[in-house]
Amino acid sequence: MNQGIDITLKVWRQKGPGDKGGFEAYHAGNISTDMSFLEMIDVVNEQLTRDGKDPIAFDHDCREGICGMCGAVVNGRPHGPEKGTTLCQLHMRHFSSGDTLVIEPWRARAFPVIKDLVVDRSGFDQIIIAGGYISVNTGGAPDANAIPVAQEVAERAMDAAACIGCGACVAACPNASAMLFVGAKISQLALLPHGRPEAARRALAMVRKMDALCFGNCSNERECEAECPKEISIANIARMNREFFKAGLFSATR
Amino acid sequence: MNWLTGTLWTSVGKKLLMAVTGLCFCIFLTLHLAGNLTLYAGKDAFDSYAAHLHALGPLVTVFEWGLLTFALIHVGTGLLLFYQNFRARPSRYAVNTAGGGRTLGSRTMPYTGVILVLFVIMHLLNFHFVDKTHTSIYQIVSSAFSKPGYVAVYMLAMVVAAVHVSHGFWSAFQTLGANHPKYTPFLRGLSLVFSVVVGIGFGFIPIYVSLLT
Repeated sequence: MNQGIDITLKVWRQKGPGDKGGFEAYHAGNISTDMSFLEMIDVVNEQLTRDGKDPIAFDHDCREGICGMCGAVVNGRPHGPEKGTTLCQLHMRHFSSGDTLVIEPWRARAFPVIKDLVVDRSGFDQIIIAGGYISVNTGGAPDANAIPVAQEVAERAMDAAACIGCGACVAACPNASAMLFVGAKISQLALLPHGRPEAARRALAMVRKMDALCFGNCSNERECEAECPKEISIANIARMNREFFKAGLFSATR
Repeated sequence: MNWLTGTLWTSVGKKLLMAVTGLCFCIFLTLHLAGNLTLYAGKDAFDSYAAHLHALGPLVTVFEWGLLTFALIHVGTGLLLFYQNFRARPSRYAVNTAGGGRTLGSRTMPYTGVILVLFVIMHLLNFHFVDKTHTSIYQIVSSAFSKPGYVAVYMLAMVVAAVHVSHGFWSAFQTLGANHPKYTPFLRGLSLVFSVVVGIGFGFIPIYVSLLT
């Protein structure tokens, strides 16, 4: 068995939304390099619990990189330093003994801290509710291939649909903008024939909701694309812009 | 007008304003540079270029007012976006590490922008709002650049302009929705080439003029 590594954690602790918060240092000793980052925090939390202290609150669910629940900023990088990886899929083998890791929550006005590393991302849900869906009458399943979709287009829609809504794009953006998320959610529907009937209304409603939630404005820094665990391209932001201009300036939809 | 302002006054709409006015300034920079390069052909060529330009009469005035309007839109929207983006993250990160997307140009946009506004005001005071009844444009330029301080300030300003344009040019296309697997890499390259052309093209003129005098 591999020798474990010893690392120092500086974790953002904040009792609640109104609390000022601050960093606390913890020692994580003899951590197996086969552990995921979240398992490492589990180990620290076990010790904190045994010591009668409040364990570090963090979001997590599937722990296999597909649910979008987990996420924290590790040494300034959302989901840690590995490319195309969620925090739960980041393994401790990427760190060395003696490392100091500063762990912070996503920071954005639209993502207020609930506790420690847990932030309120319900803003994303509100954006989806505003228009990130298609309206389909239920009934018999339609014939397969009744509406032809080119393979290439289906792939691009699928690439956009890979977004798990974790919020790393907002966390990574120097302006705390949510445009990669909204771009992906608009694109996955805009690319397919099923999404076209409501495309104009959707683009207007989702962008307006995003603005109302006080997310920042995109300045094409491309940090979101670099940090997205699903490696979603900023081509989706350009598509969102096109959809929005089309809807706002050329469609009859208000 | 409600649908128009309702579209333009969103985050995406303000980006559109920045992109359209910014691209117009890129065209203006190209034309301005083409005109300035006549300096290398000598005093007469430059003065004749200026004379031909001013012979356009009211067209020049229309252009000037157009540029001023675009500048007010570009600077005003830019400052508003900067303020909104600052407010969008009330508590900053303790550790900031770039993921590999940011460039020197992109991370300094608001600052280079403000410097350029100050420069443009100075530039207009130096060369535009001066009495031209008894002096030729060339005389004004050469007397300004006989002072080493002006040469240094103008050259530094052109470095700042090059940095600003290196991000602004391709960024404008992205904002307009022109992102394409074939053309976007080309536009990003062209953005760097354009910034070098702006930096060197404008930047060497003060030196050249100061060496002549």
